[in-house]
Formats: sequence, C-alpha cells, structure tokens
Amino acid sequence: MNIFRNIVFTAALAGVLAGLVLTALQQFGTQPLIVKAEVIEQSNAEAAAKPHDHAAAGEHDHAALTAQEEAAAAAHQHGADEWEPADGAERFAWTLVANIVAGVGFSLLLVAASELRGGLSSWREGLLWGLAGFVVFTLAPSVSLPPEAPGVEGAALMDRQIWWVGTAVATAAGLALIAFSRAPLAALAAVALIAAPHVIGAPKPPAPPAIPHDLEHGFVVAVIVTGFVFWAALGALAGAVRPRFGKA
Amino acid sequence: MSNVTANSSSAADLAPARLAPILSAFLLGVVVIAGAGFASVPALHNAAHDQRHSIGFPCH
Repeated sequence: MNIFRNIVFTAALAGVLAGLVLTALQQFGTQPLIVKAEVIEQSNAEAAAKPHDHAAAGEHDHAALTAQEEAAAAAHQHGADEWEPADGAERFAWTLVANIVAGVGFSLLLVAASELRGGLSSWREGLLWGLAGFVVFTLAPSVSLPPEAPGVEGAALMDRQIWWVGTAVATAAGLALIAFSRAPLAALAAVALIAAPHVIGAPKPPAPPAIPHDLEHGFVVAVIVTGFVFWAALGALAGAVRPRFGKA
Repeated sequence: MSNVTANSSSAADLAPARLAPILSAFLLGVVVIAGAGFASVPALHNAAHDQRHSIGFPCH
C-alpha cells in the first residue's frame, strides 16, 4: 500500500502546484482570448438570431441559431437552462479547481509511469518526463487537432475525444519505445506509432472557424505555450518531491 | 517476501506487488482526467469549460 500512497502524495503535491502555475499562466495567455472569442461567438449567434428576437433569452442561449448552426450547436452544452458559473470570481474559481484536478490527474499518470522505471530521482529527471508529457498530451494532439477557442466548431465531440486519446496513447507508446528500447526495429515502430494518428487524420470540422484567423491562431499558440510551461513545472516538481518520500 | 520487496532502482525489479499499486495509481489518474476533461455532464462541462479549452481538450 505504501507505493500507492507515495505515488498519490507525490502526484497530488506536484499536481496542485502545477495547477496553480497553469491557472496563473492562463490568466495572461488563454483566458483573455477565450473571453474575446466568446464575444465574437455571441455576436455571431445574435446576428443569426435577428429575425427571431431572442433578446430576452440568456446570454448563452443557442436555441436562436440558424438551422445550420443549430445542428452544430447540438453538441454544444451551454444550454440556457443548465447551471454555469457566473462570470468573475465564480468562473475563475471553477477554472482553478478544474486546473488543479487536471493537474493532479496528469501528475498521477506521470508519476505512476515513472515508477515503472524505478521512480524519479531528481527534478532534472522529472523535467525530462514532463517534456514527454508535453509532447504526448499537448503537442501531438494539437498538430492535427488544434486547440479550439470558443466559436471554433469542431467535428462530433466523441470522434474528436477518441482521436485525442488515441493520439496520446500512440505517442506515449512511441516515446517509451524510443527511450527504453535499443532495438532498431522498436525505433521504427515508434516512429510509425507517433506518425500514424496524423496519417489517419483527425476528425474534420464541418465549417471554417467563425472567429478571426489571428485570434484562432493566437489561441493555439497560447494553449501550447502554457501547456509547455505547465508540463515542465509538473515534471520538475514531481522529480523534486518524489525522493523525499524515500524508497517508494 | 525478500524477493518481492526488491530494490526499486531498476525496472527489472518490477514484481507484481509493485506493479499493482503503480497501475492502480495510473488508473486513478485516468479517471481523474476523464472527469476533468472528458465527462459531458453539463454542470461539469460548464464548470471546467475554460480549463478544457485552455488545455486543448476537445470541448463542445
């Protein structure tokens, strides 16, 4: 039971701290762009809704879209009746909680995977695992499925989620083969594994983005850069914390 | 017992007694991420909305 407990302690500590770092970065990086994109998303929706006059409806009411957009919005879960955090402190607080939960989740994966290799022995070793995490969970999925700002419609959500998870798994397996196997055949398989999701291709969006290109591109860059710093922090923190729990 | 609690410095020492808790912790991580990034329960989605966009999870 000790091993499990030590992994969870290490992962929780590193995950919470990295989640705080991520939240701070997002306030300057992605959050202003999300707000900007939502304004455009909303005015697009309102323009589409003009003949119906849904002015009385909630700000996220997507019922008032054109038929085409309505279909795309079916998967969009900002239903006017559903609870959502109020703008300001409440919205920030939930984002903070979600970041910390995600941070601990990713941290559990990183620390558990590194335990298979005997455990992290230093912050530097942790940093390398963090870089691998960045490649697996941020970079690889973003290559074919760029992070979407609000207003950027994607393909069916489930398809994108399956592709995202499959890409992360294939990339992780590929990196592990490269790092831990010396056989040339394993390296070949690794390259194929990492390239395969992109050869297969991500699910294609039904329509071009409804927000300006600059904003869309800026958001992709912001997500990848904040993701990079998050993973670097997470890995280094996990590597720094782990030896303090002694032999796991 | 001695062969099971072998030194943890090498991957070659992976005994079932070590593997089980590691895999459990890994699965716990998978469940946590599924909740934060993938569950489509509306309240959960709305609470985690900005985080999902900002991490690059596929989101609505």
